[in-house]
Amino acid sequence: MYPSRFAYESPKTLKDAIGLLDAAGGDAKILAGGQSLVPMLKLRFAFPDQLVDINNIPDLDYITFDADGTLRIGALVRHEHLEKSAEIAKRQPTIAAAAPLVADPIVRTRGTFVGSVCHADPQGDWAATMIALGGYIVAQGPKGKRKIDMKDFVLGPYANALAFNEIAVEAVIPAPKGVARGGYLKLERRVGDFATASVAVALDMQGETVVGAGFALAGVGGKTIDANDAASALIGKKLTEETIAECAALVAAKAEPRTDHRGSSEYKRHIVATFVKRILTANSTQKAA
Amino acid sequence: MKLDEVKIGGMGASRKRVEDNRFIRGKGNYVDDIVLPGMLHMEILRSPVAHARIKSIDTSAAWDMPGVRLVLTGEMMAARNLAWMPTLSYDTAAVLATDKVRFQGQEVCAVIADDPYIAKDACGKIVVDYEILPPIVNPVQAAAADAIQIRDDKAGQVGNKIFDWEIGDKARTDKAFEDADLVSKIELHYPRTHPSPMETCGSIADYDRATGKLTFYVTSQAPHIVRAAVAMVAELPEQNIRVISPDIGGGFGNKVPIYSGYVIAILASILTEKPVKWIEDKTGNLVSTGFGRDVYLKGEMALRKDGKILGVRMNTISDHGAFFADAQPSKFKIGLMHSAFAAYDIPTAHMFATGYYTNKAPGGVAYRCSFRVTEAMFFQERMVQAAADDLGMDQAEFRRVNFVKDEQHPHRTAFGFLTDSGQYEKCLDIGLEAINYKNFEAERAEAAKRGRLLGIGISTMTEPLGAGNSREYDILGIKMFDSAELRIHMSGKAILRTGSRGQGTGHETTWAQIVAHELGIPADDILVEEGDTDTAPFGMGTYASRSTPVAGAAIAMVARKIRAKARKIAAHLLEVSEEDIEWELGRFYVRGNESRGVTIQDCAMAAYSNMPDGMEPGLENTAYYDPPNLTWPFACYIAKVEIDPETGVWDVLQFVAVDDCGVRINPMIVEGQIMGGLTEAYAMANMQYQTYDEEGNIIGGNYMDFLLPTAWETPGFELYEVVTPCPHHPIGAKGVGECATVGGPAAFVNAVVNALKHKGVRNIDMPMMPNRVYEALTTGKDIYGMPPVRSGN
Repeated sequence: MYPSRFAYESPKTLKDAIGLLDAAGGDAKILAGGQSLVPMLKLRFAFPDQLVDINNIPDLDYITFDADGTLRIGALVRHEHLEKSAEIAKRQPTIAAAAPLVADPIVRTRGTFVGSVCHADPQGDWAATMIALGGYIVAQGPKGKRKIDMKDFVLGPYANALAFNEIAVEAVIPAPKGVARGGYLKLERRVGDFATASVAVALDMQGETVVGAGFALAGVGGKTIDANDAASALIGKKLTEETIAECAALVAAKAEPRTDHRGSSEYKRHIVATFVKRILTANSTQKAA
Repeated sequence: MKLDEVKIGGMGASRKRVEDNRFIRGKGNYVDDIVLPGMLHMEILRSPVAHARIKSIDTSAAWDMPGVRLVLTGEMMAARNLAWMPTLSYDTAAVLATDKVRFQGQEVCAVIADDPYIAKDACGKIVVDYEILPPIVNPVQAAAADAIQIRDDKAGQVGNKIFDWEIGDKARTDKAFEDADLVSKIELHYPRTHPSPMETCGSIADYDRATGKLTFYVTSQAPHIVRAAVAMVAELPEQNIRVISPDIGGGFGNKVPIYSGYVIAILASILTEKPVKWIEDKTGNLVSTGFGRDVYLKGEMALRKDGKILGVRMNTISDHGAFFADAQPSKFKIGLMHSAFAAYDIPTAHMFATGYYTNKAPGGVAYRCSFRVTEAMFFQERMVQAAADDLGMDQAEFRRVNFVKDEQHPHRTAFGFLTDSGQYEKCLDIGLEAINYKNFEAERAEAAKRGRLLGIGISTMTEPLGAGNSREYDILGIKMFDSAELRIHMSGKAILRTGSRGQGTGHETTWAQIVAHELGIPADDILVEEGDTDTAPFGMGTYASRSTPVAGAAIAMVARKIRAKARKIAAHLLEVSEEDIEWELGRFYVRGNESRGVTIQDCAMAAYSNMPDGMEPGLENTAYYDPPNLTWPFACYIAKVEIDPETGVWDVLQFVAVDDCGVRINPMIVEGQIMGGLTEAYAMANMQYQTYDEEGNIIGGNYMDFLLPTAWETPGFELYEVVTPCPHHPIGAKGVGECATVGGPAAFVNAVVNALKHKGVRNIDMPMMPNRVYEALTTGKDIYGMPPVRSGN
């Protein structure tokens, strides 16, 4: 690997890291898991003057549920930790379903959840999951912390709302009113392939009634797609064949796929609808095939 | 006391691979591990566009960078008559572009610098002004009357056609079609793929002006051919060229040709008087080095109502890229494509082949394949399935009716090959039994109740492996023999060198087993060394599954020469005449008195310390082996698949492989070869291809777009064996390395198509990605060919 030349710093505190970013004036990149950044350096698609490695900053590697059920994921939580977390498996089904589908097992041991959200790859699993879950990012800069809602965080392909001197220190998923349900499905040609289509579904259920729902898509547009409007088909209702079909059609209508070597736009839209149906059906009490 | 052959690591021993000691510990010695004093590093600037005239190249900013020692352009190569080089298919290929670039990724400039970072930085400073020309990305465009000519550099070249070529009996075949009850037709495309070895291509050229000697380290499957080619191209005296092919991180055919980077690195070393290392990056390997396949077929079969094949017509159109650089040793323009249908008893056949230039990477290498045999067997088995379906006949029964019977061997095929052995029906029967074929329709009906589609596909084939014989096969005029040199030390230990070159294929292990079998020297006592042209005997290298058929035979023959001499020594030591000496594994004894004997080790010691009067001292010899024929392994592969009709995703429920590769030297290594080959077959069937968009941009220039299967997707394979010894090979062995890659793909495609038969679907071209399967399923239409597609996500 022969990237362009860059300086490398490995600060021990967030304050120092933010100071380095600030001093670089926009020519620095944060290195967390490096699973997207390092390939881009190798290909010289990215050529920052400086890398700020945050791996030696303590207290950024945590998965916690607050007393009210709010989920907090620190900046250095690896995909693998989410995949193997018993708490996540029990309490956050959308993340639990997506974690084993992120990239491949090797990438999952290094890559970070927050880093993946920040990378805002239109194919990325976690930005879509966060949008469906209605989460927000906690950004810390020279002037302190601020919250950025996911709907405002992803600006476009590979673009997020962080200022050049801010670090995303935490991802937060609000507590459900009832029970968190949901799922994640991805069609890929091979483990680690870019998705042909990915669907994130987050449900908030009280008994059999849907009280909250979120949907987001990856791989079927120029950016991560927010399909949360489709919740209107479900809110206050039960998951029935009719509501599921209506919702799947609304989500699929949000997709903006283009025809390429992974399939036609019609095919990808069909996969989105199929996956929404499959996730919702699996979450319905009907348990239809 | 008789030696136990398996215990000494002889024939049939599943001996652990001795080379793995270093490979799995990360202690292999690959080209990039070699560091020479004062070594410089080379980087190649590649064309970003598929077809363009070069208006100007400005290298001044690159020259100005500190640490840059040399910047080479096509013009500078041309001044030394090195801008173009010959290919193995008697065409020419550009080393560095002079007039035009003809494919995306073509070599345009080279920078030689103190370290690879500087070389890469300096490439970024070179400014090339391109006048874009329309690209041609498939043979249909290439053949158009108004198509721009790609090879305007060649005097006498008309349009973009490279060749028309035919073989077989046209008149007799035409008559067979007139007499047929039914004609089955199918059109297929075998898409372009790439061998993509884990280690890319690379070399270090080290020219010493004081001695005039060039030492060339290169990751090559055929180091001796490299020496011959360098002598020709660089006009250096052959005794001053030493080619060393160190450990190879995979070859699969990709490391047979001579690439531009090698020629440039040699010139750069001569000019700078320093060693120059060039290591290709992964993208460079995928976009510029020898690809595989990219052939279209129109196939027709003349059939009788009872299922007998009366005749076959094959019409192929092949896409060779910008230079005709197929790496193959036959005089046949489309390689051994006409080995198709060798397993079937067919009265007559005719093939017409046409090749075209396109603006794509050159070099149709035999990717784990004997020169287009992979395409031949794929086309054959797809045609066979279509014919069985058109006749309404069971696919297994149709094969049985048309197979060459065991007792028909030796059998002359309709295209002129001579197959010599095989038990085709027996292999088929084992496969059908293993997959419970007779119960399949019940399984299919049961799956349908679950909303799933089941399919079963068979692929049976015999293929010609082990080029060649010297009558028909040569490279640059050098005949396709191979060689072995065996030296027995006085302690009875030995060193064996051959002209072949292992590439992770286990030579260091299996070659010693052949010697153990012939001489009774334990395999652990035999060091195997290959790849250094100053020490190894001349050989044609390792590809086309030829190592065991040719070099392996040479090893047996040289061991027998050694044994003949040892017998004389034994007679001397035992004080009897040679006629009274008997041989058992590892030991000579006096006939009628078994207890009076000497071991091969005793003879070795005596060869240096107590030889008979008048005998030359020493116990070493060399053998060159010219095989009388190719070897003909047979394989029966059967896949059972399940399709999710809502997505088009298909899974392999069971895969059965029955291989008859003759006598197995090391069964474990043979099984490993078959598993690896089937994995590659699965890759091509399911996910892998290298295509180009309308602008000639390669899709598949990185490992996110060009997919290699991982352990997660790859199905399990059940292996079975039948042994029909090769009648002409000294130890009865046949080639095997490529069987599974060659025969495997059709089993998968036949299975998926079988699952969609009820919809009227007759073909889905590879790779059978879910979207293609879904489209076939929902429209009932065949998915044919590879139209240029858009890149991007």
